[in-house]
Amino acid sequence: MSKVLMKGNEAVGAAAIKAGCRYFFGYPITPSSEIPEYMSKALPEAGGVFLQAESEVAAMNMVYGAGGAGARVMTGSSSPGISLKQEGITYAAGAEIPCVIVNMMRGGPGLGSIQPGQADYYQSTRGGGNGDYRTLCYAPASIQETVDYVMLAFDKADEYRNPVLIAADGMIGQMMEAVEFKENLNKNLPAKDWATTGTKGKREKNVVNSLFLEAEECEDHNLRLEKKYKLMEEKEVIYEAFGLEDAEVVCVAYGTTSRIVKTAIKLAAAKGIKVGMIRPITLWPYPYAIYKDINSNCKGILGVEMSQGQLIDDIKIGIEGRMPVYFHGRTGGMVPTPAGILAEIEKIAGGTK
Amino acid sequence: MTMVYEKSKGLTDVPFHYCPGCTHGVIHKLVAETLVELGVLEDAIGVAPVGCSVLAYKYFNCDMQEAAHGRAPAVATGIKRVHPENVVFTYQGDGDLASIGTAEIVHAAHRGEKFTTIFVNNAIYGMTGGQMAPTTLIGQKTTTSPLGRTVEHSGMPIRMSEMLATIDGAKFVERVSVDTPANIRKAKKAIKRAFECQIQGKGFAIVEVLSTCPTNWGYTPVKALGWLQENMIPYYPLGNFRDFEEDK
Repeated sequence: MSKVLMKGNEAVGAAAIKAGCRYFFGYPITPSSEIPEYMSKALPEAGGVFLQAESEVAAMNMVYGAGGAGARVMTGSSSPGISLKQEGITYAAGAEIPCVIVNMMRGGPGLGSIQPGQADYYQSTRGGGNGDYRTLCYAPASIQETVDYVMLAFDKADEYRNPVLIAADGMIGQMMEAVEFKENLNKNLPAKDWATTGTKGKREKNVVNSLFLEAEECEDHNLRLEKKYKLMEEKEVIYEAFGLEDAEVVCVAYGTTSRIVKTAIKLAAAKGIKVGMIRPITLWPYPYAIYKDINSNCKGILGVEMSQGQLIDDIKIGIEGRMPVYFHGRTGGMVPTPAGILAEIEKIAGGTK
Repeated sequence: MTMVYEKSKGLTDVPFHYCPGCTHGVIHKLVAETLVELGVLEDAIGVAPVGCSVLAYKYFNCDMQEAAHGRAPAVATGIKRVHPENVVFTYQGDGDLASIGTAEIVHAAHRGEKFTTIFVNNAIYGMTGGQMAPTTLIGQKTTTSPLGRTVEHSGMPIRMSEMLATIDGAKFVERVSVDTPANIRKAKKAIKRAFECQIQGKGFAIVEVLSTCPTNWGYTPVKALGWLQENMIPYYPLGNFRDFEEDK
């Protein structure tokens, strides 16, 4: 298939439909409103249903109902809206309902700003709702990656019977790039024989539920979920890394910020500073193991994020105290510049050579 | 031997957890019998709420989903949009439907979602131990209105059926009670009609059922029925507020 030029938010919708998603429940919010706008036209054409819900809370609970009824279903929003969805996300995790949730992150806290942000990292990776649960979380850095990981997200949601998050910054939602839609993998996924479809008199009743009133039962359920999360940690980590063997400084960034960091790395190279990079593509599970590949003469790790420093916690876990960890971020909708990042790299490397 | 009475096939064999004298059991039976009589039990998908009837998913003998508090109408919307040919219902109490879930019920009705809601109003939060509900009557003592509910502090009790009947998409709205055999028969008729409303694709249907809570009201089961008759029915009048035949 040839490439087409698409805006990120619209590409999210197109990728979802390509992946077999036929139901979308959402609520408008900047900078992700083009997702429901696109779906309101494209889903009926694909034989599906778009519904604008009365609230983010209701939208996510509609996703719960539809996912529990066996459908491929998605919702999309932006930071304050995603906060409201956390109730439905933890219920979906508890009841093991496959679904995809797209977050086009903006500046926070509270109503914050409508410009891009990455300050929902904790919320995305530590479980934004109550209880012991985890969600796979993809952080695309281009529209092509957005399309690829939205499509993969549906397969992974079905494979693990778990909600999957796409955590992109608002820039991804708003910019246009050329994309190619690959054929959906749809590899041997388990049948949804647990879904509520009506018994038709042919099987025992199915129950979709996250309640276990007996503590022993609830613990058993949580331990079973934990096994699933461990399997994701083993099998689903995705990252990009380069230059770790001889780097003087290693930068860690994801999403749009990672592209700005790559520019800064080129500027540093021109000044004779060797800078390596780790770019987590799954924010959870996190690529901790790759930190072992960083050479021991490296002077420090620099985390760069559109936040006041959330990713830095995972960098510290990954590096296990072997070298200093620094942070450079812009927040509230401001975007880090190559020059700003370069200045931090130079400080860590010990000045211009 | 002649079988004169049989437990409905619409109910499982799991024993109810409800308190002695609570009318949830009667209402469960009416819903279950209706699903069987209409021949839709095998197509039914129910949504249980948070509250005393949180375990309803164990009792109804059909596919069930357990929803977050107040969100049953949103969950039912998701299910019905995926399976428009199935019969979908929510079973909700007054804390669930009339307090934390008002937005969901109002908008489901407003969209004319084609599912059926059984709304059990016992004027109190039962599961959490007898706190004030939006439907708690003026002067009624609860664990969070220990001196009795006042208008000044908490406003008047909310009348959901009257409010929902003003919404175009709500095609069947009726308030019933299960305090006497005669009223139980009327309740059954209304519940059946509410499911027929859905099956005929007319729109949203709700039956509000006045119910007792002997445990948290602090009365014997018999006295609780009397309290319902003397206090609840005058404020929450029984009757039909909307029927889909009117909209021909």
